[in-house]
Amino acid sequence: MTETLGRRGASRCPFGSTRALHAEWTKVRTVAGTFWLLAAAIALTVTVGAAAAATRCPAGLACPVDTARLTLTGVQLGQALIATLAVLVISSEYSTGMIRITLTAMPRRPAMLAAKAVVLVGLVLAAGAVAVAGSVLAGRVILPGHGFTAARGFPLESLADGPTLRAAAGSVLYLALIALLSLGIATVVRDSAVAIGVVLGLLYLSPIILSAVAGDPVWSHRLERYAPMNAGLTIQDTTGLHGLPISPWGGLGVLAAWAAAAMLAGVLVLRWRDA
Amino acid sequence: MTAGMTARRRAGERARQARFGLVLRAEWTKIRTVRGWVIGMIVAALVTVALGLLSSLATHSHCFARPGQACPGPGSIVGPGGEPVSDGYYFVRQPLAGNGSITAKVTSLAGLITYPPDHPNAIVSGVVPWAKAGVIIEPSTRQGSAYAAVMVTGSHGVRMQYNYTSDLAGLPGGVSAASPRWLRLTRSGDTLTGYQSADGTHWTEIGAVTLAGLPVTVQAGLFVASPSYVFTTPGFGGGFAGHLTQATAVFDHVSLQDKAARGTWAGGGVGVIPGGPALARGGLKESAGRFTVTRTGDIAPLAGVGRSIEATLQGTFAGLIVVIVLGVMFVTAEYRRGLIRTTLAASPRRGQVLAAKAIVIGSVSFVAGLVGAAAVVPLGEHILRAHGVYLHPVSTLTGLRVIAGTGALLAVTAILALAVGVMLRRSAGAVTAVIVATVLPLVLAISNVLPVGATDWLLRLTPAAAFAIQQDVPQYSQVIAAYTVTRGYYPLTPWAGFAVLCGYAALALILAAVLLRKRAA
Repeated sequence: MTETLGRRGASRCPFGSTRALHAEWTKVRTVAGTFWLLAAAIALTVTVGAAAAATRCPAGLACPVDTARLTLTGVQLGQALIATLAVLVISSEYSTGMIRITLTAMPRRPAMLAAKAVVLVGLVLAAGAVAVAGSVLAGRVILPGHGFTAARGFPLESLADGPTLRAAAGSVLYLALIALLSLGIATVVRDSAVAIGVVLGLLYLSPIILSAVAGDPVWSHRLERYAPMNAGLTIQDTTGLHGLPISPWGGLGVLAAWAAAAMLAGVLVLRWRDA
Repeated sequence: MTAGMTARRRAGERARQARFGLVLRAEWTKIRTVRGWVIGMIVAALVTVALGLLSSLATHSHCFARPGQACPGPGSIVGPGGEPVSDGYYFVRQPLAGNGSITAKVTSLAGLITYPPDHPNAIVSGVVPWAKAGVIIEPSTRQGSAYAAVMVTGSHGVRMQYNYTSDLAGLPGGVSAASPRWLRLTRSGDTLTGYQSADGTHWTEIGAVTLAGLPVTVQAGLFVASPSYVFTTPGFGGGFAGHLTQATAVFDHVSLQDKAARGTWAGGGVGVIPGGPALARGGLKESAGRFTVTRTGDIAPLAGVGRSIEATLQGTFAGLIVVIVLGVMFVTAEYRRGLIRTTLAASPRRGQVLAAKAIVIGSVSFVAGLVGAAAVVPLGEHILRAHGVYLHPVSTLTGLRVIAGTGALLAVTAILALAVGVMLRRSAGAVTAVIVATVLPLVLAISNVLPVGATDWLLRLTPAAAFAIQQDVPQYSQVIAAYTVTRGYYPLTPWAGFAVLCGYAALALILAAVLLRKRAA
C-alpha cells in the first residue's frame, strides 16, 4: 500500500521520479572526474579573470573598459570544462555500455535525460557561482591597484550594483545553459570526442568567423545576435548597452533556445534510437 | 669475426626496420579501412573550404566610389615591387640631367603631433620616430615611382631608403644646429649612392642601389614627410589610433651638381589630398640659402591595412577541431574497445606503435589541410576580388608556404592531440585540452577582451603561435602600424610560431612514450 502510494507520488514528480534523480546524483558524485572537472573549471575561470584584471590603466589616460566583463573573461575558458563534464555525463555511459543498464532500470528515457539534466545543472550552478564570485572578488582586489579607481569612474566592483549583479548571475546561468547544450548534443552524437568537438566548434568558431566578416554589417549582426557564445555572453556587458546588437537578457535567451533545441533533439533521438 | 658481427648488426637493423614498416602498415590499414576515419578527414578538408568560402562571401569592400571609378583604398598607389605604398611629402626639386649629385645640410627637425594620448585635446610639439627629412632622387613625381633617398629621421638617426621597402641605417643620433647632418645622393648611370657626414668634409657611404631604367633627366631635391602618430589605445583588443603629424626641417648648403646650367628650386606637395586639414598642406620658406620645409605624409610601404589570402583561410579553425577529435580518437578508441591490448601484443615495442600512429595521423591530416587550403585559397581569392576587396600581392613562394603550412599546422596539431590522447586515455578530456590550448588563445586574441600586450604573449607561448605560419603580409621595421592578429599579423615570425607548436607536440610525444611504456594498457 505504501509502496503504491510512493510510486504514484513519484510519477507526479516532473522529473520522472526522485529515484531517477538519486541514481544520477550517485553516478555523477562517485566518478572522480566530476570533482576534478568542476574544480578545474573554477580554478581556470578565476585565474583567467584575475589575469585579465591585472591589466593597467595608466594615469592620465581614458580607459574605455567594461570592468565587469573583463573580470568575467575566465568564463570563456571555464565553459570548455563545463561542456566536457556535461558531455561525459551521457557519453561515458555509451562508451562503457552502462547506458543499457540505466535504460533497463529506467525505461522512461526522457525522464532519465531530465534527471541527468537536473543533477548537471545543479552542479554547474553551484560551481559556476563559486567561479564567478571568485572572479568578481579577484577584480575587486586587483582592479583598484591598477588605475581603475572610483575617482576615474570605475567604482569598486560589487554585486550590490545592479548591472554587475546581472552580469555575474547571468554568467552562472550562461554556464548552466552551456551544460544543457552540451548534454543535448552529446545525447545525439553519443561519442564523447565527437560531441566535445561539436560543442567547442559551435562555441569558439563564431567569434573567429565574426572577426573575418567584420566588414559586413549584415553578417556580423546575424552572428552577434544568433551565435550561442556571442549572444549568450552579452549578459556580461554592463557598459554601452545601447550599442549592443542584442539586449543582455535577449542574448541569454538565444543561448537558452539553442540549449532547448539541443535537449529536444536529444530526447527525440533517445526515444527513437536503440541504445 | 668483426665482419660477422657487423653483418649480424646490419641484419638486426634490417629486421627492426622491417618490423617498423609492418607496424606502420598496420596503423595505415586501421585508418584506411574504417569508414569513420576516412569521412572524418574528408570533413576536415570540407569545413576548411566551406567556412573559408562563407567568410569570403560575407566580405565586401567599403568603397563608395562612383561606378567605373577606382577605389581610393589601399592598393591605389603601388610601389615598383607591386606592394601598396603611401607616397606623400613636400618636394623642393630641380631636374637633374645625366650624372650628378645633390647635397644638403640638415640643421633641425621639429614637428607637431595632434591630440596624442597624454594630451587628448591639444596639438603638441614633437617629432614622430619615423619623421623624415633629406635628399631624394626619383624618375618622376608620380606617386609610387621608384626612388632613393638619404634622410634624417625623428629617432632612428640617418637612413638611406629606396623603393619603399628597403631601409639602411647610417649615423645614429638626432639632428640639431650643434650637431648637423650632411646628406648626399650621387647619381651615376642607373646607380644611386648615399653618403653622410657630420662635418661636411669627412663623408662615408651608407649604401648604393641600382634603379633599372632611370631616365636621363630625373628629379632631385629636398623632401620632408611625417607619418601618422600610431599608438595603442590603452583599451583592449588591439585598439590602435593614428593621428596627423607634421614635421619641419631646416636645410642649408643645398647644392646640385650636374652638367646643365643651374635652375631654380620649385616647391610643391606630392600626394596632396584636396580639402585636407590645413596642417596637412605644408609649405616652403626660403631665405639666403636656408630652406625651411614643412609637411605631413610618408614615403613607405603601407602596413596593417587591407587583406591578403590569409583571409580565405578562416575555416582552418574548423578543420583543426576536426583533426583534433580524430587525432585523439585514433588512440582513445583503441583503449575504449580494448584493441590497444591486441595492438601492443602484436608489436610489443610501444614506442614504435606511437611513432607509427603519429606518422599515419600526421600524414593524413597534412593531406586534408593541404587539399582544403589549396582549394579554398584560389576560390576565396576570386570571390574577394569579385567583391572589390583589395588583396595584398603575395609571392608564389609565400603562397605555397601558407598553403603547405596549413597542412603542416593540421598535421602537427593532430600529432599533439594523439599524444595527449595517449597521456589521458580519455577522449573528452584530451579533446578539450587540445582545443583549449590551440583555438581558445586566438578566440581571446581577436574578441577584444584582453589588452594588446597580453594578447601578444598568448600568441607567443601557446600552441596557437603556429597560426603565424599563415601570415603572408610583411611587417616593416621602418613602419609603425597596427600589427594585430585581426589584421593578419602575429607576434612571432611564421617559422618561429610553427616551431612553438612543434615543441609542444614533441614534448607531448615524449611524455606519451614514457607513459605508454610504464603503464599497463
